[in-house]
Amino acid sequence: MAPIAIDGVRKVYPGPVEAIPNLSLEIADGELCVLVGPSGCGKSTLLRMVAGLEEITGGEIRIGGRRVNDLEPAERDIAMVFQNYALYPHMTVYDNMAYGLRNRGVPKAEIRALVDEAAGILGLSALLARKPRQLSGGQRQRVAMGRAIVRKPQVFLFDEPLSNLDAKLRSQMRVEIKRLQRRLATTSLYVTHDQVEAMTLGDRLLIMNHGIAEQVGTPMDVYHRPATRFVAGFIGSPMMNFLPGRVAGDGRGVHLPGGWLLATAKARGHAGRPVTVGIRPEHLQPAATGTDSDTITLRTELIEVLGADTLVHGRLDGHDDTVIARLPGSLQVAAGDNLPLAAEPGTVHLFDETERAIGHV
Amino acid sequence: MVERRPVMTVVQHLVLILGAALFVFPIYLAFVASTHTGVEVSRGLPLFPGDQLVTNYGTVLSDGIASAGAPPLGLMLFNSTVMSLAIAIGKIAISLLSAFAIVYFRFPFRILAFWTIFITLMLPVEVRILPTYEVVAGLGMLNSYAGLSIPLIASATATFLFRQFFMTVPDELTDAARIDGAGPLKFFRDILVPLSRTNLAALFVILFLYGWNQYLWPLLVTTDESYYTIVMGIQRMANVGEQQPVWNLVMATAILALLPPVVVILSMQRLFVRGLIEVEK
Repeated sequence: MAPIAIDGVRKVYPGPVEAIPNLSLEIADGELCVLVGPSGCGKSTLLRMVAGLEEITGGEIRIGGRRVNDLEPAERDIAMVFQNYALYPHMTVYDNMAYGLRNRGVPKAEIRALVDEAAGILGLSALLARKPRQLSGGQRQRVAMGRAIVRKPQVFLFDEPLSNLDAKLRSQMRVEIKRLQRRLATTSLYVTHDQVEAMTLGDRLLIMNHGIAEQVGTPMDVYHRPATRFVAGFIGSPMMNFLPGRVAGDGRGVHLPGGWLLATAKARGHAGRPVTVGIRPEHLQPAATGTDSDTITLRTELIEVLGADTLVHGRLDGHDDTVIARLPGSLQVAAGDNLPLAAEPGTVHLFDETERAIGHV
Repeated sequence: MVERRPVMTVVQHLVLILGAALFVFPIYLAFVASTHTGVEVSRGLPLFPGDQLVTNYGTVLSDGIASAGAPPLGLMLFNSTVMSLAIAIGKIAISLLSAFAIVYFRFPFRILAFWTIFITLMLPVEVRILPTYEVVAGLGMLNSYAGLSIPLIASATATFLFRQFFMTVPDELTDAARIDGAGPLKFFRDILVPLSRTNLAALFVILFLYGWNQYLWPLLVTTDESYYTIVMGIQRMANVGEQQPVWNLVMATAILALLPPVVVILSMQRLFVRGLIEVEK
């Protein structure tokens, strides 16, 4: 059990390509921190630097207060779960889990006990004599986890461990990982490009883009108070709608094309400035028919019925881009309908020209 | 092919049987010739086995065939086996290690090293035979097992094969081994070599045959009869100048010379076939 400190870390690949310019992050003891971002954003690079599989160009990484920059992966007291599991194909499940312990010179009897314990936790006891190719995807995933927990390391590192599983198994393993991590209370760093995984698993999220930390915060934080337009667009599904607007002269609202006026306290002090307005699909709600300036009409183009919800794609009056609204499943709508909508007060996000959020307290 | 057409089945079998017969026939003839007396054979090759089997093989194995101009058979078989094993094992060991170095380590001139090895593919034994002879003679390795095998050990083919195989081993496996605390040699021994098992078997068979069938090189480096290999021996027996070759004994020797490679192939067959057709990952 140990906190991880990533302090001004920089990574430059030969070329030179600067993958990560300067990144700092503190992960508390026992916390599960998720690194999330689109592919190529540097999240795996960061994880591999913590693991010791990638050299650190600049800055410092400390695990449990110990500087690990120049330590071999095996000396860092970490364990890693890989996307493709990376099980040794010629070894049995037992040997796969025992290999790391053997290399550390753990006595045989103790290995037996540790592997049995880990196998028990993961429900692998009946499979110990099998080879990886005789296992299903979910079982392999579990063996990979077993290989990590059997050593009782200070830190778990997960590199998109669920990407190779089908949707059902993925949500099942997600819960299992969460439960396991709670139970063992081991500091964990988890890389994923899947925002659902990130939201459900993480105590805290680090959203990365182009090697830069866009925002660090709890799942609720990044959902309700995205710091940048990128975070706002990346977290949440379907994606947040972005519309151009201009802050009203009195600073109490934002004017949008189509004669729409959104009242928001966030615009105060930015009177007259152009802004990007962000509204999540779930925050667009049907309004009473009316021509009030706080409602706008949506020309619906496509309806996706999800059961509990209905996703309505369409264009707002006076806007060119399509927007999506997540409406209650009970609502009867058909493609081509004109639907008056309003945004829930207080849920509107504003971003300035540099794409940073404004008006957050 | 899951088509079920009786005519096609018959045709397929005919073609296969013909093909097999084509390969087996010369060996059958050799066997037949080795079971007749010399006189019968020289009059024209009979088509059916005769009654001299025990006598001929007995002569070849016990008395040797000094009369036919070659050292005792047992010694030649032994020499051939030593040479083939040394070549096969030596080649595999060297190429495994060099492929490991080329694929897994970053060192200066790594690419150059690889291409140098690769280019030697273009220089088979026959092409470099004079300089190689000069070197071997200079090192005093003429008429020795070392002289027979070492110059044939350096192998680009096997290095290349292992390089290709190692490159298909997922990087994550290397990473996982590093995290599990396996150093380079441990990784090599515990992960890479076991994974290469089927390739090793296939290569061993191929290289053993390669070594066994060497003719020109042993001919050059050995003048001492006690280092003659079986392939040279057969040639000597078939080429005895003025005299008529003792064909029945020559054929018996040839059949005996066939046996060790056959044993190697049969014992490795299952692994060998797997190594050729599948990559286990």
